Amino acid sequence: MVDSQLVLNGQTIAYTCYAIAIILVMAWFGYKITRSGKSSKLSHGLFYTFVGFLVVLGVSLHIVTYNTIPWAPMDINRADIKPDKVFDITVENHQFILPSEKLLIKVGEKALFDVTSNDLTYGFGVFRSDNSMIFQMQVVPGHRNDILWQFNKPGVYTIRSTEYSGPKGAQMILKDVVEVTAN
Amino acid sequence: MSFKDTFINGEQGLFKSESLTPMQKLILRFVVVGIIYYGFAVIEGMIMRIYQIEPIAAIPDFQYFAILTAHPLVGIFGSTYLIVFGAFLFLVPFLMKKPLWSIKLGNWTFLLITFGTLTFWLAGFISHYAPLYTLYWPLPADFSQFSPLGGTFFILGIALVMLGSVFFVINIFKTIAYTPEGMEKQPAGALLADAVGYSGLRNLFLKKKKQKEHLVALPVAAIARGTIDVALNAGIILFTGVLILVYLVGHLIGFDLKETAIDALLYKNWFWWGLDLIADGLVLIFVAGTWYLLAMMITGKKLFMQNIARAALLVELIVSWTVWSHHLLSDQAQPGFLKIVSGELVTAFELITQGLAFYIVLATLWSARPLKMTNPLKFLLGGLLGFALAVPAGIMQADIGLNRILHNTQWIIGPHVHVAILVGLTMTLYSAIYILFPIITNGAKLYSQKLANFHFWAHLVGGIGMGAFMGMAGLEGMLRRTIYLNGEFNLYMILAGICGGLLLLAFLAFFYNIVMSVGLNGVIGIFTPSKLDTKDLVPAEKQ
Repeated sequence: MVDSQLVLNGQTIAYTCYAIAIILVMAWFGYKITRSGKSSKLSHGLFYTFVGFLVVLGVSLHIVTYNTIPWAPMDINRADIKPDKVFDITVENHQFILPSEKLLIKVGEKALFDVTSNDLTYGFGVFRSDNSMIFQMQVVPGHRNDILWQFNKPGVYTIRSTEYSGPKGAQMILKDVVEVTAN
Repeated sequence: MSFKDTFINGEQGLFKSESLTPMQKLILRFVVVGIIYYGFAVIEGMIMRIYQIEPIAAIPDFQYFAILTAHPLVGIFGSTYLIVFGAFLFLVPFLMKKPLWSIKLGNWTFLLITFGTLTFWLAGFISHYAPLYTLYWPLPADFSQFSPLGGTFFILGIALVMLGSVFFVINIFKTIAYTPEGMEKQPAGALLADAVGYSGLRNLFLKKKKQKEHLVALPVAAIARGTIDVALNAGIILFTGVLILVYLVGHLIGFDLKETAIDALLYKNWFWWGLDLIADGLVLIFVAGTWYLLAMMITGKKLFMQNIARAALLVELIVSWTVWSHHLLSDQAQPGFLKIVSGELVTAFELITQGLAFYIVLATLWSARPLKMTNPLKFLLGGLLGFALAVPAGIMQADIGLNRILHNTQWIIGPHVHVAILVGLTMTLYSAIYILFPIITNGAKLYSQKLANFHFWAHLVGGIGMGAFMGMAGLEGMLRRTIYLNGEFNLYMILAGICGGLLLLAFLAFFYNIVMSVGLNGVIGIFTPSKLDTKDLVPAEKQ
């Protein structure tokens, strides 16, 4: 499966290019409207072309991500996918309770993290050692919170709550508890 | 004039508070208190910016989270609601060419929002009640972390703000529909139908000959449609507040109610539906309406594609009722169809509706070339840029795939929320303040154009810069709503802190400029009763 870092890099490049472009367009526009010009009227055709462009952009974003980000279809169809490993995790009193001291996974295995909250709303995120995020989900009490993930690189990863659950929950961190090893 | 004279009497002594009508005083009170609350939010923001670089020893973590809870609420309700409601209570009668339905009710709106904000702010400050604005169930009723008494006052403060909002809603719709004394009977039903978009919708299905002319101006239609979301939002928040109060008061009198009686996910859906009426509803609709009005006032021309703009406002209203699920894309128990239809597809419509508004305003400005780069124009362009940056950032995170790695990171709160609010919304409000300033003050003169220029650049660079550095940290995994103790993201946080400092300086420059423009006597005079017995918006000789 494609690493989430690659997706983030793609997003960073795309948004940075867009941000620079729109800032330059607005700077140019701000300059031009203080000057006299040949034609001041804009055609309606240009307007409708712009609307069409927005429609295509809005719809295609989700089609493109669904077909290029592998965890998106896997997430939606996770009920029909048989996991290679299942980890039942409980959260209570601002503590993660793991089924074992370490969660051991092999590269390429489909691991299901099934997290239950017995009190508050929490988050469940897995992070690399440089603090960058691999994935996260919300953990809502009274409901099933499960996520299927396929690790593509060996490494040691940290679990951290990604949702605010009061001041006591600010440091809900289990360092290096997920170990992914090569096949 | 000496510095002292200007400070006491304002620039060239032009501002005379005794010349103000009751309506002008009312509006100025809204704006002045709104600006002061903006100052609260900026200072709180700066404290948190420093805390993200290195936790401040004098502020324990529970107080930090109390600040984090109060900060957006003071910013939105205490500042934005007051400034926007004040401006619209002036603009609706101004554009409808009749007095406000009730100045008294307007005063109640002002008092309730002002003191409601102070109440919840103080409750948070003293008791450290900190369930955040999201109030995810059952956190607001977690008495192992929060004081039930503090929570009771906190929720009461929010309820006062909502009551003030309800009074605003009544005043706006009554003003559109009523017939003032001595005026020809006005068609109340037809005016309201046009304001909310019903007649425009009906016209779509009628032959051209049978189509009816619009009875209310486009900006009034925008205000009316955004006001529908204000009403719905007030209802949701009031209901939720009562629900939380039942638990708080129950605990205080010795009855602990079962928290599991309320489904946490259903509550989350309900609450986000209501909250999104602000973020994706009234803010976007009010902003688009304000852009249209500003573009028309700056250019003196009709709006480009006016009918499309009017229709887009109605689409935006309907979209705002159906987009809430993009906040629940990381909730695994949320039904898949809600994630895809509401969370992704309907949300993408905001790209279209905001894009339309953006284009229409630019085209209107373009049609009036050459324009002078006045304060209202430059701040309007800043506001447009803010939303042009923030809306696509929001659309990206409202995607099932990308949300998995963006939710609750600094990306959400930086390039999306803060750029939308600080650059998009606030700069639009500044544009409105600069353009309305001479009208509402009966011709007061701005103290310093250099300070206004500094205000513009420091705010623009500070706002975009802060959002950008927060976003970079978010893309590298930095979460929002937490504390990093070991300087994990220090480079980005220091840079974001410097940009936050620019925002603070921008605010101080603006505040000083306004105080020096109207003078200390003028500021005090705004809060004394008007000596003019009139319902007119501005004095008769200025009309």
